[in-house]
Amino acid sequence: MEPAHLVGTGGALGAVARYTVGQLLASDRFPFSTLAVNVVGSFALGLVVFAGLNSDTALLVGTGACGSFTTYSSFSVQSVRMWETGDRLRASMYALGTLGLCLTAAGVAAALVTILQL
Amino acid sequence: MARTHPIEHVEALVVVGIGGFAGSNLRYLVDLTVPNSLAATLTVNVIGSFALGFLIYEELFSGTISGSSRTLMATGFIASFTTYSTFIIGTLTTSPVLAVGYAATSYVLGFGAVLLGREATHWIIDVTPPVPEVGD
Repeated sequence: MEPAHLVGTGGALGAVARYTVGQLLASDRFPFSTLAVNVVGSFALGLVVFAGLNSDTALLVGTGACGSFTTYSSFSVQSVRMWETGDRLRASMYALGTLGLCLTAAGVAAALVTILQL
Repeated sequence: MARTHPIEHVEALVVVGIGGFAGSNLRYLVDLTVPNSLAATLTVNVIGSFALGFLIYEELFSGTISGSSRTLMATGFIASFTTYSTFIIGTLTTSPVLAVGYAATSYVLGFGAVLLGREATHWIIDVTPPVPEVGD
C-alpha cells in the first residue's frame, strides 16, 4: 500500500482516539488526558519498534497511529500555561513526570518484547 | 463528557480525523527529508509547539479564529504533526549522553517555541487594526 495512505489512515485513527480520550478525561486542573495518551502511546510504539514489525505495519501503527495519538505540542503548551498561571510545582511535575512515565512505559514494552520473544 | 448534539460530535470526529491524516503525513514527510531521525522529530515538535502556542494565545487574547477551525488545526493537525512517543523511543535508543542532551534540547526548544508563539500572537494583535463593531 501507498505509505502516505498507511501513515494517514493510522494518523486519522490516532487523532480521533486522542480526541476521544480528551473528552473522557477532561479536567481543568491537570492535563490527565495528554499524560494518558503519551504514556499509552509510548508503550505501544515501544512494542512496534522493539518487536520489529514489517514496514507496512510500522507505518500504519507506529508512524501513523502511535505518532499521532501522542502529542508533543499539547504537552509543551500545557506545561508553559501551568507555569505562567503560577502553578510552577505542578508544571514541573507534569513536565518531568511525563518524561519519566513515558520512558518507563517504552522500557516496559522493550522488556516485554524480550521476555515474550515477540 | 461535554453535552453536545450527536451531529456536532460526529463533525468534530471527522474534522479531527482529517487533521490527523494531514498532520501525520507532514510529519512523515519531514522524517523522510531530514536525514537524522532525532533531528526530524525535534523539528516537528518545535514547529508544532510554536504553532499551537500561537493558536492557544490567540484564543486567550483575541479569539478571532472560530471553534471548528481551531479544533481542526489544534487537535487534528498540529497535535498529530507533533509526537511524544517518537521522541521517547529516540531518547531511549540513543547513547546515554546523547539521550540527556536530546531530551533537554527538546524541552528547552519546545517550551521556547510556545513562548515565541505567544509573542507572535501579541505582535499580530498589535499590527492588526481592530475590526469595527457592526452597528457602530
